[in-house]
Amino acid sequence: MKKILRSSEFFVALVVMVLCIIIGLINPVFFSWENLFDLLRSGVVTGILALGCLIVIVSGGTDVSFATIAIFAVYLASKILIAWQFDGTVLVAFLLSAAIGTVLGLFNGALIAWFRLPTMIVTLGTSSIFRGAMLVFIGTFIINKLPQGILAFGQATLAQVSNANGAVIGLPVSVVIFFGAAVLVWLMMKYTMLGRGIYALGGDRVAAERAGLNVIGIQLFIYGLVGFLAGISGVVHASLVRNVNPFDLIGTEMNVIAAVVLGGARITGGRGTVFGTILGVMLVVIMNNSLILLGIPSYWQRAAIGVLILLGTGITAWQSKRESAANLLES
Amino acid sequence: MFDKLPSITSFISRDRNIGRLLGVALFILIILSILNPGLFLTVSNFKSMAYQLPEFGLLAMAIMIALLTGGIDLSAVGIANLSGVLAALTMIRFIPQGAAGWQITLVIGAAVALGLVIGAICGAINGFLIGRIGIPAILATLGTMQLFTGISIIITKGYAVLGLPDAFLYFGNGTIGIFPVPLLIFIVIAVLFALLLNKTTLGQELFLMGTNPTAAKFTGLDNFRLTLKTYMVSGLLSGLAGLMIIARTNSAKADYGASYTLQAIVVAVMGGVDPAGGAGTVIGLVLAMISLQFLSSGFNMLRVGGSFSNYFRELVWGVVLILVMVINYLDAKKRARTPQESGTDAKAQMPDTAAGAGSAQK
Repeated sequence: MKKILRSSEFFVALVVMVLCIIIGLINPVFFSWENLFDLLRSGVVTGILALGCLIVIVSGGTDVSFATIAIFAVYLASKILIAWQFDGTVLVAFLLSAAIGTVLGLFNGALIAWFRLPTMIVTLGTSSIFRGAMLVFIGTFIINKLPQGILAFGQATLAQVSNANGAVIGLPVSVVIFFGAAVLVWLMMKYTMLGRGIYALGGDRVAAERAGLNVIGIQLFIYGLVGFLAGISGVVHASLVRNVNPFDLIGTEMNVIAAVVLGGARITGGRGTVFGTILGVMLVVIMNNSLILLGIPSYWQRAAIGVLILLGTGITAWQSKRESAANLLES
Repeated sequence: MFDKLPSITSFISRDRNIGRLLGVALFILIILSILNPGLFLTVSNFKSMAYQLPEFGLLAMAIMIALLTGGIDLSAVGIANLSGVLAALTMIRFIPQGAAGWQITLVIGAAVALGLVIGAICGAINGFLIGRIGIPAILATLGTMQLFTGISIIITKGYAVLGLPDAFLYFGNGTIGIFPVPLLIFIVIAVLFALLLNKTTLGQELFLMGTNPTAAKFTGLDNFRLTLKTYMVSGLLSGLAGLMIIARTNSAKADYGASYTLQAIVVAVMGGVDPAGGAGTVIGLVLAMISLQFLSSGFNMLRVGGSFSNYFRELVWGVVLILVMVINYLDAKKRARTPQESGTDAKAQMPDTAAGAGSAQK
């Protein structure tokens, strides 16, 4: 029990609850189904990206290219599907986009695993390459006429409510993809050799190597998987906004990293959970979406996110600093 | 013995890097001149470079000093814009219509001082968060980047601040003789910065902390005060860059130059700054900057990629960054194998170990 109380997940959960109560007290609209669906809807893409980001951070790396990969993958996939005049199931779009994302992710992984380059700088470089390549060779225009499959998927809902104005607000099916992915990542991280290897790699790379783990293989897998998830989230994003804009998503990687770190993952690696990440995503999405409900002008958003990141990371950093000082005294 | 080791290693790496960079710069210069002599080798081309480079160079130095200590400063552009916005507002608010010359000078002086102080304060906030609270540099500056940019947005409500006094615009657009003023300012600051890194105790301590923070601590260095000073210098340079940006463009925006952060890291790494900390020179940085500027001016001029040349530039810079790092890695690996060089020196430089430490920190 004491362990639960002291875990960072508990702390984040507490912050999320307090935040919800405060916002709800100021504006009761917050607790409506409509707002809940709205929050889930805007959290799906961030959430899927955050799962990939979590795996990288647990392994001791930092990836800043996944948002670029996401938009690259869905943009190229849509172009290909339109060229084929493909109008079938959305599964093909998902497969294609995920495949493109995986290839780009493996490119990151290869550079990081074989040349042992610092992960953040590599991914800064590759995100610049991917974005440049997309805008030069694939295109700069917004695709409005998406394949039918993607559009239909975006409109499909699990449940619907209508608000006071009579507008119908649905819970998109893509929420299922997010929770499905979350469960799979959770199972992998907790119960497979691979998942434990990722924690080991983030805890201490040299120790992981000595313990006989195939570090190069694990790193290739990690960055490939991040690319895969980015490809999926790209299609989800396209289905929700009903177009593909090559300038979309890029820049959201910082919000995603913030969400993962706020969820208790340690940026130096070795620690982080799927549950914490979901809480972190909730925190960021609620902050981003609820300023308007609180009557705060939207241009306060950037600063509010900044303060949130600093508070979240500051408290964990301060805690671990005091803990290690206490450990030194005890021993 | 202890203080001699790093100086030898840094000398070797400096020599090799500078030679390679000079080669790259000259190669690009010659190729471009042959391909398009009428356009590249003109005075106006070099002039436009001379106005654009300084603000970017200052930001690159601001990020470089953070990299030297094994950290990073993602907030440099945010600091520059906040300083620029506040200085611009000061000038616009406090210069009355038909003010006398001395009044204008006074307000401009105050605005410049305010810009620099804001830069230093922002830097101090970064240093405090990293050094005292213990937030990893990448997260702390990620947060402050959002915060500083956010404050600029709140102040300007997202609009650009326009209409600065002519006397101030001189610093961004004027010339002394044939030399552009911003270029002269940049040269002075770069020389001072190089002296700070190489000739002062602070500079030597920074390198030591970047090479091995634990060793630095046990040598008796106060890592918190060093971190604070590092980021304050970084903030000051960013603030100055902000002033030069508004002096050149005659406008202050909350979100100007977002791509500068990546470009500055590219330039620093290409110029021989070790992203894991502990190594790097100002001359390397400047040469890398000139080479990359040649490269992008060249692409602009040759219309490579047609109207997409800006995006093409992004692609090329990314490729250059990755290539430089891969070459440095292979190079260090080769040197680690050759027995005539002192084995420990070469090993200390292996990105192998450095990358491990770097990714652990970042």
